[in-house]
Order: sequence, then structure tokens, then C-alpha cells
Amino acid sequence: MSLQVNDLRVYYRTLAGDVKALDGVTFEIADGEIMGLAGESGCGKTTLGNSLVRLDGRMKLVGGTVTLDGVSLPIADFDEMRHFRYRDISIIPQYAMSALNPTRKIGKMIGELVESRDVRYREIRPELERRLSLVGLGVDVLERYPIELSGGMKQRMVMVVSTLLDPSLLIADEITSALDVSSQKAVAQALQSFRDHKFVRSMIVVTHDVSILYQIADTLAVMYAGRLAEKAATDVMMERARHPYTRLLIASLPEVGVRYDETRLSGIPGTPPSLLNPPTGCRFRDRCPLAIEKCAEEPPFVEVEPGHSVACWRSAEVAAAGDAMTVGAVSAVGDAAIATVANRTVA
Amino acid sequence: MTGGAIVASTESVGRRREILYFALRGKKVLISSSILIFFAVIAVVGPLIRPGDPNAFVGPLAAPPDGQYWFGTTTFGQDVFAQFASGLRATFTAGLLGGSIAALIGMVVGFVAGYRGGAIDEILSMFTNIILVIPTLALLIVITAYLSARGIFVEALFIGLTSWPWAARAIRAQTFSLASRDFVDLARISGVRSVRVIFSEIAPNMSSYLFLTFILLFGGAILIAASLDFIGLGPTEGTSLGLMMYNAVAWSALPLGMWWWFIPPGIGITAIVGALYVLNVGLDEIFNPRLRES
Amino acid sequence: MLTLDRVSKVYHVGAFGGKTLTAVREVSFTVAPGEVVSLIGESGSGKSTIGKMILRLIGINGGTITFGDTNVATLRGDALRDYYHEVQGVFQDPFSSCNPIFKVDHIFSLIRGIYFRALSGAEWRAKVAGALEAVSLDSGQVLHKYPHQLSGGQLQRLLVARALLLDTKFLVADEIISMLDASTRIDVLNLLGDLKARGLGILFITHDLSLGNYISEKTVILRRGRVVEMGQTSKVFSNPTHPYTRMLIASVPQLHKRWGNESIVDAGPCRVHAASPSGSAGSALLVEVEPDHSVACFRIDEGVPC
Repeated sequence: MSLQVNDLRVYYRTLAGDVKALDGVTFEIADGEIMGLAGESGCGKTTLGNSLVRLDGRMKLVGGTVTLDGVSLPIADFDEMRHFRYRDISIIPQYAMSALNPTRKIGKMIGELVESRDVRYREIRPELERRLSLVGLGVDVLERYPIELSGGMKQRMVMVVSTLLDPSLLIADEITSALDVSSQKAVAQALQSFRDHKFVRSMIVVTHDVSILYQIADTLAVMYAGRLAEKAATDVMMERARHPYTRLLIASLPEVGVRYDETRLSGIPGTPPSLLNPPTGCRFRDRCPLAIEKCAEEPPFVEVEPGHSVACWRSAEVAAAGDAMTVGAVSAVGDAAIATVANRTVA
Repeated sequence: MTGGAIVASTESVGRRREILYFALRGKKVLISSSILIFFAVIAVVGPLIRPGDPNAFVGPLAAPPDGQYWFGTTTFGQDVFAQFASGLRATFTAGLLGGSIAALIGMVVGFVAGYRGGAIDEILSMFTNIILVIPTLALLIVITAYLSARGIFVEALFIGLTSWPWAARAIRAQTFSLASRDFVDLARISGVRSVRVIFSEIAPNMSSYLFLTFILLFGGAILIAASLDFIGLGPTEGTSLGLMMYNAVAWSALPLGMWWWFIPPGIGITAIVGALYVLNVGLDEIFNPRLRES
Repeated sequence: MLTLDRVSKVYHVGAFGGKTLTAVREVSFTVAPGEVVSLIGESGSGKSTIGKMILRLIGINGGTITFGDTNVATLRGDALRDYYHEVQGVFQDPFSSCNPIFKVDHIFSLIRGIYFRALSGAEWRAKVAGALEAVSLDSGQVLHKYPHQLSGGQLQRLLVARALLLDTKFLVADEIISMLDASTRIDVLNLLGDLKARGLGILFITHDLSLGNYISEKTVILRRGRVVEMGQTSKVFSNPTHPYTRMLIASVPQLHKRWGNESIVDAGPCRVHAASPSGSAGSALLVEVEPDHSVACFRIDEGVPC
């Protein structure tokens, strides 16, 4: 399968004006790729995931195209998208596990769902059972009510249901956020196994938790204020990210092993801009320690090496500073933030 | 953070502006408020135009409306308009008083049950449920049978004492959900005492809800008062819209074709109570954006 | 400074309180001044319940919580008010912690009326500005705004400033950064480090082991209301003994190492019963594995004999 998203713009209608939640996003996903979509609240990652499947009443498509397996997806047309939903492209929405009808047994709910897509429940049941056991759930789950299952079990069950008809693309929106550490690992590994077993060809995993993405994603895309900041293979992103935001973000994450008394981490001061009237030019400009005058002009999202794209005028310098990982080189570059970043990647 | 959250935070900046916007445009609110104001004006101004005892025998017997007696006269020559204006006052008073008493009791019971929870909540809920299932009409008939003289205030008191349970339950539910929010805990660890927590932290958060509850209690009280008056259990002196209807029926106004005697009070009660309920719905739509048609 | 001695919390649920639910079972640990203790557990472990018991938001069923030399459960009226002068809390959801209909200075005016009545208007404003500066906030920019107009990080810092204003000696930080964005989390966490340097004792309640490892001196691992392992943070993380702790550490997603496919190396025999084979099952006994690092019976949280 292949997905091409080209200059996608989706705005929200509000009384105060249009919120430019997605403002020109372009990327591609190859067959078998798990792409992690990371970013902080308000960056537009959930909007991106949702708009590929379903534009609700408040969202409007302002521009851009989405092409799945060579077919242009009519995302603005709710009824037309019905042909694609669940069969070709499927989503596990945020809070899915809380949205299960508490008065329905799981099996009955699944039955109603597949029947509405013209698939006989009886025919698909053996496959359903096979997949349930693959994620570690017994067949008895089908006879239970949602309230009888734990968070992790519900999430895995929702994953099985969403991928029952073998969609080409699965979008998983914050499926590990509300879970305990042990369940998170099980759910994340289940996602990977779905791709390995070819139940799903490719995935977009939307989350704010970069460390989970490091574990299971092949590529990472980082969004900021409605635009893509950087996209690269996961290992490349960790070792030689080229966007200041990506670098600073990764540098602010404590991993097991780093202690406050030894290494003082720091965050990124300031807050993301309001998307109602976003600033012109690079949206990270106000918080970026490397901002220069040119940043008043919006940097294009360009490929700097195969499979690695960045939207920053100074991406080459960020790369260079990363390579010269000494504190001495810091004073030469003259940016305290680079020092933090360089120290971080050394440790 | 979902797209809804992005939208919510940008929207709430203009929330007050938004409420005013819809309040001035909501047809339900405008029309119902106009009706209520219209009748309130009559209630205030009417007795000034037609001073004196509305039950006095002043005019020709059973006369239809004309230039002098706008609503005609009763079988005994009483000015129907004067009765109507004075009755409106009585009706509004009964509604306001009865509604206020019910609101007060409902709030006290609801807040305490919702905030404290546990055993106190169970006891208060049991008490509320008992009052709820008592057949109030039967009770009132029994009580009034023992009272020789009844005034508006006694009537309003009875209405207030028997119509508070549903308000208490509604307020309890809201208080329950608000009390679990962290700002209540924060107030508690700031040393604020429970009563102050309820009135300065929780109640303001449900102010629109309390307002709507009061409007419903007001309307309900008017309706109950009119019903009681209509079956003859109303005040023994003075006049009210329900009493007018009682008298009209008692003196066969319908078969005798004296439409001017019972239609004005009928319309009055219907319009006022209806307007109050529609006002409630209209305000609810304003306070609760999710209910709007857009 | 703060000592928990075999503290328990039992809830009565069901109609008329027939059934019992034990949220916390015989938990003991101490927090010293200038020390951050992480209380780590998953959902249902009872960690928030312990925080609320310390803050007297819920009652204590068993055991004692001692602050200094006062039994916290006996505090009433004015004594309780004085307690809050020294012991404060910050909660998980900053938007729920601030009453949405008031401007954010309301959280300060609440304590002014009770603790700072003697101060004049100018003195009060100066004090508030000072506390806000300590958390890197400008009073002119934030105090007149409504909670929804500020970010989660700013609100959490405001709430920490509130505790500073009261000259708190002990802070209960209940998942204070789990609802914040990644780029602001570490700033609020570093703030805790500053408080630690000032001599505050902090109970850092979290489900995130990386955070606990970053900021705390001592770690207490909780499961189903019981302490399963506890000790100096570096020792607990480098030498996890209890099977549950080992499972937790193996499940944490790290940024430099992928989850392996190897199964967790066997933890070996239960240390408690190795030390005293005839010991009663289910006792809250903790056995020392090394100095400042102890572990409970391996099956204590499952409620079955070892």
C-alpha cells in the first residue's frame, strides 16, 4: 500500500474564526511502514489522523489531496468515504475504549459492526478468534460486557475489531496514553505484530509519547503548530535530528538512568502559538534559540537526505552542531540551547 | 488533545460575548420574556388604573366587555379586569413565594447530600424520596379541611414545602459531580470550611443550573396554586386567577356564555406558565451550547 | 519529617456499606526534609489515596501518619488550619484544580483570607509576585487571566507558587506532570528539584518510573495497596529484586534501548521467606536486600501464601 498526503489543510470553524489546525502537511508512507506521529497538544496530530478518515461537521477541507494506493480519497465527502472506511482505512480513535456501549456484549457489538459492512459475522468469527488469541485475549471475551475488562484488555480488543477487515492503513490515536506501563507494552507490541502478520499494511501511530514510538515505529514525524517539523527514520531522528524543536524535545525527556543531580535537563520555554491567528513564517520562531531574520519566511519541508525531511532554514547547522559534540564547540556556535542538546546526546 | 479541545479553548475566550449573542437572538427567550413582562406590567399597573377592592360590586350585572369595563363584569357586577389585574399579582406572589421556599429547601438538601455523601446523603435521599411520593393534593385537602382561614402566604408555604424534592435531587446530582473536581480539594487544603466551599466554590459553578431550577419551580408553583384555587382550596379572601376560574365555573359562566369571565384568567395562567417553561428551554440552549440547533 | 506507620484505608461499598474494599494495606515509609520520595504504582495501587490521607482529604482507617510529632488524624479546626500552613498538595489536573469561573488569583485570595489577614494590599501583592518569580512566572502577565487562558504548565507552576507562599515544609505532588506537554514537564520537575534544595520534603506520586528515577532520592513501589519494594532510588533501579519491580522496569519504554524479546530473568526465591521460612504469609514484613533497600514477600500483593 502507499499513502501520499499532499499539502493537506484542514481548518475548524468557530465563532471566533477559523482555527488552522492543519496548515499544509505533506508526507508519504510506504508499504509495511509504521509511522509515528508525535507532537504536543494542539499541534494537529489528532486532526491529521481524524481527517484521513472522517471530517466532522466543524472541520472543513481547505486544500490538499490524499491518495491511498493510487486512489484519491474523497475525504471532504462524508458519504463517499463510507466505501473506504473500515475496509481500506481504519482508525482507533482516542478514548475508543471508553466509548464501548456498556449494554452490549462484545461479541454482539462486533457482529453488528461487521454486518453493517456486509460481512457475515459467522464467516469472520474464526478469524476473529484467531486474532484475539494472538493479542492474548481468550474467546470468552466475546461473551463479556465492556465493564468486565481491564483497560489494556479493552484496548487490545478495540485493536482487533478495528483491523478485522484487513485495512491497508490503520490510524491509532493515543491508544497507550491511558494505560499502565505493563499494558502499554502489550498494546504497543500487539500493534507491531498486526503489521508483521499483515493484518494491516501500514500504520500511523499518533501519540505524544516519543519513547513508545522509538520502540515500535519505523519512521517518526514530528508536528508543531499545524505543520510538520521533521520526518525521518526513528534511529536517524534520535541520533541526528535536524530541527531545533525535535532536538530540544528529545533532550527534555528523562529516560531511566538520567538523574537530576547529575544531568539537569531543560524544557522549551514558552507555549505553542494560537492557531486562530498563527504567526507568519516559521511557527517555532518565538521559542527557537536559533531563530534568525530569515525565519520570518516560512521554511519549506524539504528532503535533506534520503528519507529525511525537515522544515528549517538552519537544518544544516543543527546537524553540524550535533556532530561536534564537545562543550568547546558550543561557545563557537554561541547558543546555550545547542549546548544542552549536545550534552544530552553525549550522555 | 483533540480538535474539540483546540476549539473549546479558543471558543471559551468569548463565552460571555457568546451568551449575550444568543440571548438576544434566541427567539424562545425573547418571546417568552416579552409575554412575562407584559403580564407583569398589567399586574403592577392594573390595580393602579382600577383602584379599590376588585371584589366590590361596581357595575352592571353580567355585562360583556365595553369601553368602561374592558373585560366585562361578573354575575354580581364585579369588574373582571380589576379582578384579573389583582389576580395576576396574587398569582405571581404565590408563584414567587412558593417557588422560593421550594428552591431554598431544595438547595439546602441537595447541596448537603451531594457534598457530604455517605450516611448523610443516604438519610437525606430517603427523606427526599418520601416527600416525593406523598400525594400532595390529598395532603393539602386534608390540611385545608382543618384551616378555616387561608391566605396566600399559607398556600405558598404549602406549595413550597411539597414541591422541593425534584429540585433537591437535581441539585444533589450536580453537586456530586462538582465536588469531585480538584478545585474543591484545593479549597479544602486552603483551610476553607465546608459551608464556604459549597457556597463560594460549588454553587457559582452551577449558577445557570440553579437559575433554571428556580424558573421551573416558579412555573410549577403557579400551576399548583391555580389548580388548588380552581378546586376551591385556595385563599379564603382576595382573588387570584385560579379563584376567578373557580367562581366562573361555580356560577355557570360557561353555559351562560359569559366567556369574558373565564377566558382571560385561563389565558393568563396558560400563557404565564407556558412562557416560563419555554424560557427555561431557551435559556438552557444558551447555557448549554450542545443543545443548539446550529 | 513525615512518617507513615502501617497506614491502611478501607472503603465500604455497596448498599449500606456491606462489602469492603482495601485500597491501602499497612504501608510504612518516611520522608525527610530536603528529600524527594517517589511513590510509584500503577492505577489501583493506592498511591493517590495515600496522598489524600496525608492531606486529610480522606480519613485514615488504620495505622498512623505523623508529621513532626503530631498525629495527623487527630487534627481539628485551627490545628488543621495550621497543618495546611506546613503541608500542601498539587494535583494532577491543573484545569480541574482551578475553579474555572474565577480568575487564577482566586487560588491566592483563598489563602490570603485565612493565613495572611494582617498583610496590607501592597505587601500581599509583593509576596505573591515574589512567589511567582520563584517559579518563573510574571504576576502581571498571569494573575488577571482565567484558567482556560493559560497553559497547563503555567497553571501547575502557579499551584506550586501557592504552596511556596504558604511557606510549606512538605509537599504532596500527585502526578503533577502527567497531564502536561513533554516540553514543559521537565521544567516543572526541575522546580521540584529547586524546592528540594530549599529543604522541602516532597512525596512525588507517579506511575512513570523515568520521572521517579530522575528526581527522587528514595523510591517506594506500591502494588494493590502494599509496598513491594523500597529503598534508595539508585539501588532499587539498578538492582530490582521483587518480580513486580523487575516487570515494571522491563516494560518502561526507554529512548536508547529497544524492548528485548528476552523474558525477564527469574527473580529467584522470595527473600522474605528465605530469611524466615516459617514467617506468616501476607505479612507486611520487609527484608533488607542491601543497606537502604528492602523488599517484601514476592507474593504479598497477590494475597496467596508464598
